[in-house]
Amino acid sequence: MATTTTKTETFVGKRIRRREDPRLITGTATYVEDIQMPGMHYAVILRSPHAAARIRSIDTKKAVSAPGVVCVFTGKDTKGVGAVPCGVAMPDLRVPQHTILATERVYFVGHPVAVVVARDRYLARDAADLIEVDYEVLPAVADPEKALAKGAPAVHPQWPDNVAFTYHQDGGNIDKAFAEADVVVKQRIVSQRLVPMAMETRGVVAEWRGADRQLNLYTSTQIPHLVRTIVAAMLGLEENRMRVIAPEVGGGFGSKLNVYAEEALMGYVSMKIQKPVKWIESRRENFTCTIHGRGHVDYYEVAAKRDGTILGIKLKLIQDVGAYHQLLTPLIPQLSVLMMPGLYNTQNIRGDIIGVFTNCVPTDAYRGAGRPEATHGIERMVDILAAELKMDPAEIRLKNFVTKDKFPYPTATGLMYDSGDYATPLKKALDLVGYVKLRQEQADLRKQGKYMGIGISTYGEICAIGPSPATPAGGWESATVKIEPSGKVTILTGACPHGQGEETTFAQIAADELGVGLDDILVIRGDTAVVQYGIGTFGSRATAVGGTALYYALQDLKAKIKKFGEMLLESDDVSLMIGQVIDNKSGKAKTFQEIAGAAYRALKLPPNTEPGLLATRFWEPPNFTFPFGAHIVVTDIDDETGQIKIRRYVAVDDCGNILNPLIVDGQVHGGVAQGLGQALWEQAVYDDNGQLVTGELTDYAVPRAQMMPWIESHHTCTPSPINPLGVKGVGEAGTIGCSPAVVNSVVDALSPLGVRHLDMPLTPEKIWKVVAKKN
Amino acid sequence: MIAQKFEYTAPKSLDEALHLLASGAKPLAGGMSLIPMMKLRLAAPEHLVDLRTIKDLNYIREAGGQLHIGATASHYEIESSALLRQKCPLLTETAAAIGDVQVRNMGTIGGSVAHADPAADYPAALQALEAKFVLNGAKSERTVSAADFFVDAFTTTLEPGEILREVIVPIDDARTGTSYQKMVQPASGFAIVGVAVRVRQNARKVSFARIGVTGLSNHAYRATAAEKALEGKTPSANDIQNAAALVAQGVDANSDLHASADYRKHLAAVHAARAIKSAISRIT
Repeated sequence: MATTTTKTETFVGKRIRRREDPRLITGTATYVEDIQMPGMHYAVILRSPHAAARIRSIDTKKAVSAPGVVCVFTGKDTKGVGAVPCGVAMPDLRVPQHTILATERVYFVGHPVAVVVARDRYLARDAADLIEVDYEVLPAVADPEKALAKGAPAVHPQWPDNVAFTYHQDGGNIDKAFAEADVVVKQRIVSQRLVPMAMETRGVVAEWRGADRQLNLYTSTQIPHLVRTIVAAMLGLEENRMRVIAPEVGGGFGSKLNVYAEEALMGYVSMKIQKPVKWIESRRENFTCTIHGRGHVDYYEVAAKRDGTILGIKLKLIQDVGAYHQLLTPLIPQLSVLMMPGLYNTQNIRGDIIGVFTNCVPTDAYRGAGRPEATHGIERMVDILAAELKMDPAEIRLKNFVTKDKFPYPTATGLMYDSGDYATPLKKALDLVGYVKLRQEQADLRKQGKYMGIGISTYGEICAIGPSPATPAGGWESATVKIEPSGKVTILTGACPHGQGEETTFAQIAADELGVGLDDILVIRGDTAVVQYGIGTFGSRATAVGGTALYYALQDLKAKIKKFGEMLLESDDVSLMIGQVIDNKSGKAKTFQEIAGAAYRALKLPPNTEPGLLATRFWEPPNFTFPFGAHIVVTDIDDETGQIKIRRYVAVDDCGNILNPLIVDGQVHGGVAQGLGQALWEQAVYDDNGQLVTGELTDYAVPRAQMMPWIESHHTCTPSPINPLGVKGVGEAGTIGCSPAVVNSVVDALSPLGVRHLDMPLTPEKIWKVVAKKN
Repeated sequence: MIAQKFEYTAPKSLDEALHLLASGAKPLAGGMSLIPMMKLRLAAPEHLVDLRTIKDLNYIREAGGQLHIGATASHYEIESSALLRQKCPLLTETAAAIGDVQVRNMGTIGGSVAHADPAADYPAALQALEAKFVLNGAKSERTVSAADFFVDAFTTTLEPGEILREVIVPIDDARTGTSYQKMVQPASGFAIVGVAVRVRQNARKVSFARIGVTGLSNHAYRATAAEKALEGKTPSANDIQNAAALVAQGVDANSDLHASADYRKHLAAVHAARAIKSAISRIT
């Protein structure tokens, strides 16, 4: 039926099931791998088995003549293709030429060396084994601190010190703060390399239509429009001749907030062979060739007064860059420096970053991107300070929080926190967990020689990224709303959500604004030929920025609907409510559908009004949003095995107004899962030769359902004044709040043994060694 | 992740399979180890013979006072078998501890035992049960004890062309208690160490103890020194600790990314003590 329903029911704020889920759960969604085209060819990429080597020669003769093989390309062939760009501009940034295939040298295990194209993917894979590459293996370095040491192998010979960039930020008077301090605590804190591990690996289908001079690129990405702009430029193709489609994306977590060599390479191949070509990344390639996250070694110093007042924070941050800069690599640690003060009222900071080249795959954005590292650092340091001063970790936090009368609050790092009430979620979490009782129980257990810990993390984050001047490629977002002649509503969002639930939440917003049903609304994303230019989904921005663009487009349309209503009802006093325009005087009404029909039929038009019902808005946010919250984790340690059992996980998150509590819970759960992954299990380990030792799922422990604790998810609500929806963003909160709460809990449990700090992941053996040494 | 080209045959009878295996083909059961190795091109068999299509390899039955389990019985079938739960609960407990649901649905006891991964779960239980394995070749059939079967990591007494056709385990009386205790490697689900214990008591005195250990060394073994330390005793908590401490004695322990040799040895003792206590507590 084509009738548009009118409803008195509202949707925003309700636990509405995700409208995208049926196709996802029933396995009927279309991912890149599901795309088939007549004449499709398949590409397999030969990659370097060495972390550092000179390529003496590449012999492709046998591969080219192998059955089914159409062609083989090496770096010599693709020299005309532009380099994979770094999107970040910094004064002293050293940017190595990142060609899409290696030319003279390879810089990490997995570096693409050649591409085999065949009519069958099995034949392409077989032929890849026939390519003979003569490597002169060179010394490699995989550890950022070792790479900084004198005499370390140079990752890029032109920069023997391996320094990729430096960054310095000062706020207030740090030297004075440290001079006046009663106590200074110092700690080296590692935030290990992690593999983002999207369930769907990357994949590209490129389809060159020579007659139309049109390149269609299907790629599993979070940013289709940026991929179009950049890849078109790399290929020397006019941007309007390229269409990028992100079909269903099976997880990104930042790893698909990038432009990869393979995207341009497949475009190149399709243009050369004049046929569609498909490349699907294997899991092994995903481990070694898709960006990693984190990779910090942080040296913290915190100055404080004896009463616990924090005076200043210093951070020397060593960022493992890997062999190249990917799109945002140098930006990620800068987010850590910006977030250094956390929720605490100190105006004195000093942050120094050294970005270091290593013979590893590049690091870049991974869920939280810079903020989990910063939160982990400051939340560990606050606990260390509390222990030093023999203060309760809750008390020291409450003492140092920026109080709620101080907002908007300017930080020492140059941010303006929009709104906040930091004590409330902490107090709520303490109540929920039964903090006072737990401390009594802990004291009793300690007498019995048992280890139980209570860990608190109070986090803040930078979301709704972000004002354009603070971003490399624009921080606004776009939305188009079309009311079709039948009254059905189509939303085109530039934000390209890919699993975060905006097909549901955006429909909720539109349904309430227009007074129609959810089923009358369709949300379209991820196709540059259909959707106006947009930025993408990352940094907890899709709803706060993209949803706001949608909100304003809806206001434009509502104004136009009213005009048509006034005309049709012959009244100058009408209201738009429950899917109708009502004459406030006579009570007569025109349905939404009647108005849409009239707007397109256009027999008569209101004054100064064009036919049709369509509105597009690009919304530039005036600031970031700053969600916050408190996570408390209770752990019991098995002192025989070192195993950690999470007894309670209480999360109180404040992400501003909540559009759909079910989706927010899902985001918190997923975020916490990835936070627990870092805290307890995950680490990308390279050996001294630059081989990734944890390159398979049998060695790299991602959290699975049966490894998860029960998460008690609660909220407080402090709306953001930055956008009319009052929303802040929640996609990364769980990850950011989680890891310090877990580590603080375990350190608290083991504190009677004199433990002050432990680096992640907290493997049972690590814990056992601590316990065994003391026994 | 694309394997090299191979031939695939799904025979209907054991004879047909053994005939193909005699000419150099490799058997495929659940594929939980072989298929990943082929995808990584660490294994490249030219010809695979699928044993899952042979109906008379998939059974769990009681005969002659013993339990007979066909090679292609899946971990799930073993875990959920009412017969085994009643008459050999150690095997159902062990099967339930393997990997994850998907692995248990696909993996088979014959495949796991023949593959002889040093961290696999079954071998600990099968050592403690003093299981027997029936091995068939095209023209041969022989029975080998678990004690003799496991030779080294991924190495058994299976000859080329032979398959493990059947696992035979005893039925214990009610005075016997068993337990399998395992430390899980979180990525793979394999055992960092796993200890299976089977004890019998007579008037509270341990008359018989069998302890199988996996994950610690190059293959699963029986910890005979620990067994002897328990036998003849009405074990106190101290006796149990002392016996458990013997399970890793003299063992050249594995060491890898997930656990050092010292930690593994320590875990073996901890899990042995837990398994002994749990097994004794289960004696009715």
